[in-house]
Amino acid sequence: MSSRVRQWTRDNATELLLFVLWLGSLALGAVISPYFLSVQNLFDMTSQFMELGLMALAMTLVIILGQIDLSVASILALTGVVFGLLQEGGMHAGAAMLLALGLSAALGLFNGWLAVAFRLPALVVTLGTMALYRGAGQILLGDRSTYGFPLWFISVDFRYIPGTPVPYPLVIFCLFALVFFLLLHRTTFGRLVYAIGANQRACRFSGIHVDRIQVAVFTLSGLMAGAAGLMMSSRFASARWDMASGYELDVITTVVLGGTSIFGGRGTIAGTVLALFVIGTLRYAMGLANVLPQNQGVVIGLLLVMAVLLPELWARWRAHSFARAAEGGGLARVKVRERSL
Amino acid sequence: MAQDARRQGILKARGLTKAFGGPPVLREVDFELFPGEVHAVVGENGAGKSTLLKLLTGVHEPDAGEIAIDGAPVAIPSPAAAQALGIAHIFQEPTLFPDLSVAENIFVGRLPVGERFPVVRWRAMRQEARALLDSIGARLSPEALVGTLSVAEQQLVEIAAALSQKARYVLMDEPTASLTPREVERLFRIIRDLKDRGAGIVFVNHRLEEVFAIADRVTVLRDGGKVGTWTVGEVSRDEVIRAMVGRELARWAKQEMDAERRRGGPAGEVLLEVENLGARGRFAGVSLHVRRGEIVALAGLVGAGRSEVAQAIFGIERFHTGTIRFKGKPVAFRSPREALAAGIAYLPEDRQHQGLILPFPVSGNITLSILGEISRSGWLLRRKEQAMAKEQVERLGVRTPGISTPVQHLSGGNQQKVLVGKLLVTRPEVLILDEPTRGVDVGAKAEIHRLIVELARQGIGVLMISSDLSEVLALADRVLVMRDGRLAGELDRAQATEEAVMRLAVGGAASA
Repeated sequence: MSSRVRQWTRDNATELLLFVLWLGSLALGAVISPYFLSVQNLFDMTSQFMELGLMALAMTLVIILGQIDLSVASILALTGVVFGLLQEGGMHAGAAMLLALGLSAALGLFNGWLAVAFRLPALVVTLGTMALYRGAGQILLGDRSTYGFPLWFISVDFRYIPGTPVPYPLVIFCLFALVFFLLLHRTTFGRLVYAIGANQRACRFSGIHVDRIQVAVFTLSGLMAGAAGLMMSSRFASARWDMASGYELDVITTVVLGGTSIFGGRGTIAGTVLALFVIGTLRYAMGLANVLPQNQGVVIGLLLVMAVLLPELWARWRAHSFARAAEGGGLARVKVRERSL
Repeated sequence: MAQDARRQGILKARGLTKAFGGPPVLREVDFELFPGEVHAVVGENGAGKSTLLKLLTGVHEPDAGEIAIDGAPVAIPSPAAAQALGIAHIFQEPTLFPDLSVAENIFVGRLPVGERFPVVRWRAMRQEARALLDSIGARLSPEALVGTLSVAEQQLVEIAAALSQKARYVLMDEPTASLTPREVERLFRIIRDLKDRGAGIVFVNHRLEEVFAIADRVTVLRDGGKVGTWTVGEVSRDEVIRAMVGRELARWAKQEMDAERRRGGPAGEVLLEVENLGARGRFAGVSLHVRRGEIVALAGLVGAGRSEVAQAIFGIERFHTGTIRFKGKPVAFRSPREALAAGIAYLPEDRQHQGLILPFPVSGNITLSILGEISRSGWLLRRKEQAMAKEQVERLGVRTPGISTPVQHLSGGNQQKVLVGKLLVTRPEVLILDEPTRGVDVGAKAEIHRLIVELARQGIGVLMISSDLSEVLALADRVLVMRDGRLAGELDRAQATEEAVMRLAVGGAASA
């Protein structure tokens, strides 16, 4: 029994570490402000990083695939802008939402198609479309804001499941997290995402539609950025071309902190979700302590470097102590341990 | 002999041994190079030719043995040390800087610098480079960028660089591998010229007609050991071929398998038929057929175009001429997916990069090509997957702690069996196996051989590419031999001897 616990611990080391980090950031928040640790506050806090979360879910798939999508924050903004302009022009906001979501998926599809059709690295393609989509938003809307959204659309973060302190952004995120968990860990599609990320060449030799999967994943990434754009427009009751500027790096940071390998082939939805709460809680706590957003980056950056470095050091230390144990005649013990690996 | 008069400056190696983790790839090899001679080194793939060269040029250090020049022992710990001793290495594929000029490449690391000011004397360098190039009859501009030159021209640059270092020994690793006949002629003129200037030249090659055209002596390596050294005028081509192949082992394996093969019935109808297949610059005029229950071997040396033909059939590479028929119907697969769906499976030669997903468990690798069968509307059916993986693991005798063990923890032989299992679950009628036992230990090799025979007996048509002669002879009903992108001949099981195969593979007549 204890060996099974140990096995589980080893398999989920990243997630456990993140959970401990999350508890740590909660403790930090509690120390900073007496109001922090109220149930209502803890739930309300989440609304600040649910857009980040929606994008990070899809980005997890993108990065496991061995790719990157730098254009997500630009898609977020363009989706918000287009939604605002459509309903300003008299379209029903519901229809405008659907159209805007369709556009965001199309923008993601375009990213994937460019990368696949011209055999370009996604880094270059999305670096280009990052500027392209953002710029398109500015051309469409100019430097003003679009607002005047219907009442039912705005302030999603001030709506709760009746009788509970649970705000809707959290609910929406949890639903999507479940969908992505099932998609990645329970379907053939998810299996192929891992396989392509680990060895694209072998996948081609195995008769897998590598290109189709890649385009599909980028389309998903665009769609989730679009959903995040609508959520943010609702929260702010307006949309601008420059909203969520620089957000793409926060999204990538979240995914990588969650244990997804930037080289592809490895990562989990659980890791991304936990990392999202660590980063969100830390940022919120630091905000309470009046740490400027630009200085919060120091802590987040440090955390990321640590999160990447620690497992590496841990593995090295283990290898080292194995070697020492073997030299010292403790071979039998080492063998037992290795078998349980 | 001419070189007997010039005994000074003999490069001599004794007892050279080298292993890379596994069994030694070179075992106690003695080697001698006189000034003013061309000394050819020949052997099958993996005989140790390149390793010998790399030990003499400081790319690797020997585990045992010594190297001496004029009787004085020398250490060659690095390519720079080799350079200092006057030993130059011309690689099979030139290793130059594509974005630097010809002159810079010739003098790289030794750019002539002015005495008063530490700046490069470009003009002097260009002049010297031109003189060097002229001396070997190479019409190249010293200012041309190396990246714009052909492989043959790049080789000339390497030779000029060797000359500029006043190299006394020039070691060439398959220098003619990617040259046209005319370029080979030019290279031979240069080699003769170098020889007249008193340089000792090692010429690694496996085209025997070229060896007999240029070399003074020939050393044969086999399985990492030296078989012997002969003066070219005193040995026949057939004797060299016999020395290159390991007869005893091959014959024994063949006899053992003969009994196994006889138990199978006669071959059935034609499954795969390839006619006059060609792809520009890679292979041409390849025709072959594989019957149900038959094992056809595609033999030949590395680079003869065998894998390219297999991959063209499987839909990975394009072909430009010819037709492929599968069970009588013309086919031209645009992707491996189509080939697999039709019933043709391909085992790639590089199992780590083209075959397996190393971090995936045994089960995930086995089911990768048939995820549709272990899922319902996109949902993975884990139990079905496990059952399917278990069935293959038991059928093939894969030794693994469990089906959830990542394949990267398995031995080469067991990885290969997993890969075979991955092909078998697609229920192929034709199996194309590309080097099925490369990097596999002896025990697993025998098991894989038995497995191939068993599969043929069950009615699968097998097309097997192999550089291992004993394997080809032991398993194949017919042997097709490729050379330089073309079929050099076909031998049936009775005719197929190691000499016959090797003769076709290295070329009978001096065609170059």
